[in-house]
Amino acid sequence: MANLTLLQALNDGMKTAMRQDDSVVLFGEDVGLRGGVFLTTEGIQQEFGSERCFDTPLSEDGIVGAAIGMAMNGLRPIAEIQFQDFIFPGFDQIVSEAAKLRYRSGSQYTCPLVIRTPYGGGIRGGLYHSQSGEAYFCHTAGLKVVIPSTPHDAKGLLIASIEDPDPVLFLEPKALYRSVKGEVPEGHYTVDLTTIREVRPGKDVTVFCYGAMVPIAAKAAEQAAEKGIEVNVLDLRTLLPLDEDGVLEYAKRTGRVVVVHEAPRFCGFGGEISAIIAENAIEYMEAPIARVTGFDTPFPNTLEHHYLPDDRRVLDAIEHVHAF
Amino acid sequence: MTMSEPLSVIAPDGATNGYDPGLSEAELLHCYRTMLRVRAFDEICLKLQRSGRIGFSIPNLGIEGTQVGAASAFEKSDWLFPSYRDFGMALYHGITPLEMMHNMYGNAQDTAKGRQMPVHFSFDKPIRFVSISSPIGTHIPQAVGAAYASKLRGEDTVMLASFGDGGTSSLGFHSGLNFAGVWKAPVVFLCQNNGWAISCPVEEQTSSDGFAIKAEAYGMPGVVVDGNDVLAVRKTMLEAVERARSGGGPTLVECKTFRMGGHSTSDDPSRYVPAEQREEWEKKDPVLRFERFLEASGMWKAKDKEPMYSEALDEMSAAASEAEAVPKPGLESIFTDVYAELPPHLRRQGQELFELGKRKGDAAAGDGEFPL
Amino acid sequence: MTNAAISPRILDAEGKLCGADPELDKGLLRELFVHMMRVRCVDQRMLKLQRAGRVGFVGSMLGLEAAMIGSAAALEGRDWMWSGLREGGAALMRGLPLSEYIAQMYCNSNDTAKGRQMCNHLQHAASHYPSWSSVIGTQITHGVGAALAAKRRGLDEVHAVYFGDGATSSNGFHSGLNFAAVWKVRCVFLCVDNGWAISVPSKAQTAAPYVDKGKAYGMLAHEVDGNDVLATYQATKSLVERARAESEPALLVLKTYRMLGHSSSDDPSLYRDQAEVDEWAARDPIKRYAGYLTGLGVLGAGEQEEIEAKLLEEIDDEIRTQEAADPMALKTLVEDVYAEVPRHLRRQYNAFIEVAERHGEARPGDGAFPL
Repeated sequence: MANLTLLQALNDGMKTAMRQDDSVVLFGEDVGLRGGVFLTTEGIQQEFGSERCFDTPLSEDGIVGAAIGMAMNGLRPIAEIQFQDFIFPGFDQIVSEAAKLRYRSGSQYTCPLVIRTPYGGGIRGGLYHSQSGEAYFCHTAGLKVVIPSTPHDAKGLLIASIEDPDPVLFLEPKALYRSVKGEVPEGHYTVDLTTIREVRPGKDVTVFCYGAMVPIAAKAAEQAAEKGIEVNVLDLRTLLPLDEDGVLEYAKRTGRVVVVHEAPRFCGFGGEISAIIAENAIEYMEAPIARVTGFDTPFPNTLEHHYLPDDRRVLDAIEHVHAF
Repeated sequence: MTMSEPLSVIAPDGATNGYDPGLSEAELLHCYRTMLRVRAFDEICLKLQRSGRIGFSIPNLGIEGTQVGAASAFEKSDWLFPSYRDFGMALYHGITPLEMMHNMYGNAQDTAKGRQMPVHFSFDKPIRFVSISSPIGTHIPQAVGAAYASKLRGEDTVMLASFGDGGTSSLGFHSGLNFAGVWKAPVVFLCQNNGWAISCPVEEQTSSDGFAIKAEAYGMPGVVVDGNDVLAVRKTMLEAVERARSGGGPTLVECKTFRMGGHSTSDDPSRYVPAEQREEWEKKDPVLRFERFLEASGMWKAKDKEPMYSEALDEMSAAASEAEAVPKPGLESIFTDVYAELPPHLRRQGQELFELGKRKGDAAAGDGEFPL
Repeated sequence: MTNAAISPRILDAEGKLCGADPELDKGLLRELFVHMMRVRCVDQRMLKLQRAGRVGFVGSMLGLEAAMIGSAAALEGRDWMWSGLREGGAALMRGLPLSEYIAQMYCNSNDTAKGRQMCNHLQHAASHYPSWSSVIGTQITHGVGAALAAKRRGLDEVHAVYFGDGATSSNGFHSGLNFAAVWKVRCVFLCVDNGWAISVPSKAQTAAPYVDKGKAYGMLAHEVDGNDVLATYQATKSLVERARAESEPALLVLKTYRMLGHSSSDDPSLYRDQAEVDEWAARDPIKRYAGYLTGLGVLGAGEQEEIEAKLLEEIDDEIRTQEAADPMALKTLVEDVYAEVPRHLRRQYNAFIEVAERHGEARPGDGAFPL
């Protein structure tokens, strides 16, 4: 066990996977000597050489497209997109190609690859270094979408994603890169995809969240406890495919649900959680489902702390559904 | 038409071998002063960033010659589609340091209302200095589209699309230059080859022999010029601008220069730039080069530099102090400008936020009000 | 060595030698002819089926027989062929069974893509022929990535990456050729310049000759007459051997012409002159090559007709077999999305099949997934 930041855990996860399997390669912009703009890949080129960890020219389309070809031909690529905001030149490759290759070829061709990319706000990155684009990708059958929120999960989910037979978009909440620390087992281990982590038990209100919203929701839950409201906080961890049964089970326990994400609300992931509950467990609901999300605007810079859901907005929603 | 040896004008002794830049003494001194002001803006912003007053800055050190030489080739009616390392062009054309500092602070006077990171300027006068985007190369086809519109209306406006060496690998470069070649659009593509795309050196960016040759893939001329020679840049850009204005189509100009600082204040170039490479380029400083010309022409003396530079520093400091005193944008700026009219759902989301502030007692004057 | 071996043209429009005699084995010369004839016969039959409403969509290969056969014949069995839109005939030569080709056109239960693609989107794993995409240019970076994987694994296979003239404007072309040159991988990029990207002629596609685009990436580039099977074969062979020996990519532009529409859904008379079509008809790749082979004594009187009749018989037999095959099973709706059918898809399918069963539309075997 080592006490690592989320960023160090990711770095450890990549090194572990690369030591385990020679076919794992890592590439992207500035991931080599520079060690990535966040230093997530620091020391990897030094340990594994520039054939297994290398920089590419500046083209996300090229990065994702080449990753698909490598995966089709026997490598296990980890492609880093420097910011999720810059993924869109590669969007065509992800949505049109990676996600559909297995289906359109009847499993003759597959692309087990991981696209790692930092996402979300909280670092004063303005419109183009802050977005949470998970909903675009969760609308894409064939893709898996994974988001860790603790160092333990970051390493275990990343190794599981690298070993997964399908393409995984691995979204890293960059606000948590250095702000959370935790115990991380040494060597190889995995955390199963499509499993929910119970962050905190509670009988009164259920809060679903993921990524950088997990510590926010936990903080709001503490404040609620002081007011006598016991909040059950759940970290979804894998958005696609989602543990829908788990969602329903936790929702039914309290009958009062809040969903928190920093992405915009309209067509956001919270809508899917709400629809799943409304379709399957409406008779258990004691209150309307509440969503606490980013606004339906581009991401601001100066006022980003107002844009991002904070503990008071989450607490407000908890109190609202509790009092209903 | 591609030349592999970069064109230069100013000889080591300051002579120009008969080349007349076509600028008055006052205009030449404006070029020089602008180069010093770029350096002063850089210096002040770096201090502000290091002391935590602003979040981020983009050093322009080393590329002042390219920026000023290029800017001088355009009229006020032309459009500049800049990259994030081009603010010397804004200063050249009369955009004030105060307007720029408002953006550095993301305050209520910032034209982008604090929504962008610092150095992502947007100005529409006295020249169109189009809102800067962080993604690489996305503005290149936008410049081509704007040029097409001007051409269609029979105007003689010329567009500048400016980008770095890394930008040539972007999709925008490929699609932008290709469209411009087909449309014979009045655009000048300025590739500022400053040696490094963050930590990626040019030889890992492409296998081609420099960047100007890429013009041949799009059926347009490509020219290489010494980017640290402000007059050589002006000469080349002026030819390209005139060609575009007279209906001759686009040109790709590669300026060979060097980014003496990091990619940004968040970058440490000593991790990847070899020290000897930096030292070699230090000797080619564009300001020193231009001084040799001005001195040989009798327009400037070495003793003039210090007072001019300290005047520029004072100007930038004063602008920073003034911008720092301006309050942050009101909360309503989160919701406005998403659409021309504020739609109902944003109105509701805004009002919820304002009312929460009031209930919690932390609402500020100027947060705004969206009556439902 | 490389440049000397590449002649832009070897046969003139009459089929007379106008370049250096490649001195190919007569058996190979004849084989190439049969393969070209097979492409033409398959094309003819597929168009007939489409007009009769039996198959939905055909991308005709008429006029492109020399370009695809000449180039693909220069590859070894271990090499890969990454397809643009019209290389299905070459895939037949390299091992794609005619039965799979026609099953894919019918999207029936024998279709290896399980009816999920449009017609005329082929694949054949055993001959290294990956599944086509409808998206333009996306295969180019895949080919480059696969070539890098091969290089890292110590394999000397060459990746022949095909695309049309329009694809040179795509993202994949720009990043693919740039990456390939920086990484020095064994790729030969085959730009099949057939003059038209649906209705967009080359002059509206780019202001430069396609062959000049190699310069932007520091890559060797050549253009040859793509209606001349010998010139195409020789040029491709030379660049493939160079790629294999030196691990250097190259661009080869095959100048040819798409005689029919972009697809069976297209009417080219809307956007191009018949005079241009007639001009290219005079350069027909098969007529030209037949003239050469006849002069050489490889093709006797009436032999072309015999070859054609035999090929058509084979094709017609296979059409009858595939038309009788079962339609695709309903479960394929949710299979192959992932390695395992996940719970939410099983549930969605079960709900769907329950309704189908109620309406008597389900067949035995279509039943629910266990949850």
